[in-house]
Amino acid sequence: MAEATGIKEIIKPENLVYCKTKIMTDNVLSYCPGCGHSTTHRILAEIIEEEGLQSETIGVSPVGCSVFLYNFMDLDIQEAAHGRAPAVATAIKRLLPEKFVFTYQGDGDLAAIGTAETIHACNRGENILIIFINNGIYGMTGGQMAPTTLPGMRSSTSPYGRDVKQMGNPLKMTDIVATLPGTYYVTRQSVHTPANVRKTKKAMKKAVQYQKLNKGTCFVEVVSNCPSNWKMTPTESNKWLEDNMLKYYPLGDLKTPQEQPA
Amino acid sequence: MEKELRLMKGNEAIAEAAIRAGTDGYFGYPITPQSEVMEYLMEANPYKTTGMVVLQAESEVAAINMVYGGAACGKRVMTSSSSPGISLKQEGISYIAGAELPCLIVNVVRGGPGLGTIQPAQSDYFQATKGGGHGDYHLIVLAPASVQEMADFVDLAFELAFKYRNPAMILSDGAIGQMMEKVWLSPPKERSKTVPGWATTGKPPTRQRNIITSLDLDPNAQEIFNQKLVAKYDKIRENEVRYEEFLCKDADYLLVAYGTSARVCQKSVQLLRAQGIKAGLLRPITLFPFPSKRICELAGRVKLMLSVEMSAGQMVEDVMLAVNGKIPVYHFGRMGGIVTSPDEVVENLKSKIIGG
Repeated sequence: MAEATGIKEIIKPENLVYCKTKIMTDNVLSYCPGCGHSTTHRILAEIIEEEGLQSETIGVSPVGCSVFLYNFMDLDIQEAAHGRAPAVATAIKRLLPEKFVFTYQGDGDLAAIGTAETIHACNRGENILIIFINNGIYGMTGGQMAPTTLPGMRSSTSPYGRDVKQMGNPLKMTDIVATLPGTYYVTRQSVHTPANVRKTKKAMKKAVQYQKLNKGTCFVEVVSNCPSNWKMTPTESNKWLEDNMLKYYPLGDLKTPQEQPA
Repeated sequence: MEKELRLMKGNEAIAEAAIRAGTDGYFGYPITPQSEVMEYLMEANPYKTTGMVVLQAESEVAAINMVYGGAACGKRVMTSSSSPGISLKQEGISYIAGAELPCLIVNVVRGGPGLGTIQPAQSDYFQATKGGGHGDYHLIVLAPASVQEMADFVDLAFELAFKYRNPAMILSDGAIGQMMEKVWLSPPKERSKTVPGWATTGKPPTRQRNIITSLDLDPNAQEIFNQKLVAKYDKIRENEVRYEEFLCKDADYLLVAYGTSARVCQKSVQLLRAQGIKAGLLRPITLFPFPSKRICELAGRVKLMLSVEMSAGQMVEDVMLAVNGKIPVYHFGRMGGIVTSPDEVVENLKSKIIGG
């Protein structure tokens, strides 16, 4: 019993330095150990809690590893068809203009099958937040080549490495949408080190706050890892990400508005 | 307020009726022969008056997914297109059916397959009534035969869609979409402020989160859901069959036709009667649910049935299923965008009578 009293003492509110955000449910995450999805989920959920947006938020989950996002966040969420999240979110925001609407999409969803929806939603300047997880591979279906797979990178459908002459070059969707007048804030971040997690949270928080201004699409790319399909340990994958992914997908803001969030 | 009389194209009637029915959102993409729907809405600019959102999407695919997003917020949302565009929407329609969302899809049918023709046809009957996209599902399908019904069925389709949480389709064709007739328009209704309990509008502390999805990886749970859909479709079959009879009481020969073909067949029945042949017409108004029970009853009283469609013979299969071998059932129809003439139907029925 002495031990239990000890825990009670420790969990006194004044002693708490960290706790799980209430926006994350207690459901077991379906992500592989070390995957950047879990971290990115937590960042987004924390921001929604901190900004007091739970009752204002409608999320749209994609087809891909994060299809079950709706199991992990205590929010109203719609699960969209593959690649169509920006179209789905467009209608939600147009019909409920006071709400905060986000999509959460992987690279296959956003940069391959959903290219048209992504570009046109950004080009119309839909007042939504698009979160783009780029790990250079199709995770859920077992490691096929993605539009973002690096040149020479091996996958189950590029077993000898991505030959750009045959298979095309990796698509930099974030760079493309940054050129469109409809986007307001466009940034590329990563979650592979604690320092980068903090930077991503700062950037995403800015994006959420900018979103309230209704001045255009906010777009946050998170360069992420896929230990299972990259066939690496989580630590190796983070190293590989830093050495390879970030050379092709450099981090930082691609488009920043002049005005500061309210 | 009283009803208002106007002379309008079928496509325009759909658009005006949508505004008056308190529609919250329309999402479309241009395609002949239905582009007037979105053109009319853009010119009317209902956002200024009723708050109705009208948006031209980048594709039919995007448009139907906008319908998904809007419907999942509990809103009255719709799209319209024509055959090739409706094919593109099928993935989204399947998701809408799988997520049990109410909405209205208008198909102003043109001839196919492929790019086909821009002229009227009824060759999308299978696609409309048997599902259309992947998986086991049905739409509620209404078949207007006049510009008046184009207008009237908008509100009816929304009413049924919300009653059953199921997508509804108005299956029209290029002839009814393009022709002008007088139409009595209902007084405008205000947009509904009611939010269905399942809608995603942002989770307040007072309720559980709402999730809109068509995914269930557990086969047992998925089968239970499929069974729930089957039960819903059975209920729709039981309660929502609509049809119209024309001189069926003493008929020896029955024409079965919907939409434009039904208009043609009404004339054919008069021509046949003038020649002493007792013909009648059954016009299904709902294609799903199909008036199978009534056709089965009539099969006990008439000598043969002729399904007249602007297709290679699609609805005729449902007529045959309803008749269940009791009497001969035939098909007659023109294709490729050609509207059958009343005389052709007369001659065809007479050849079947002699042949029989």
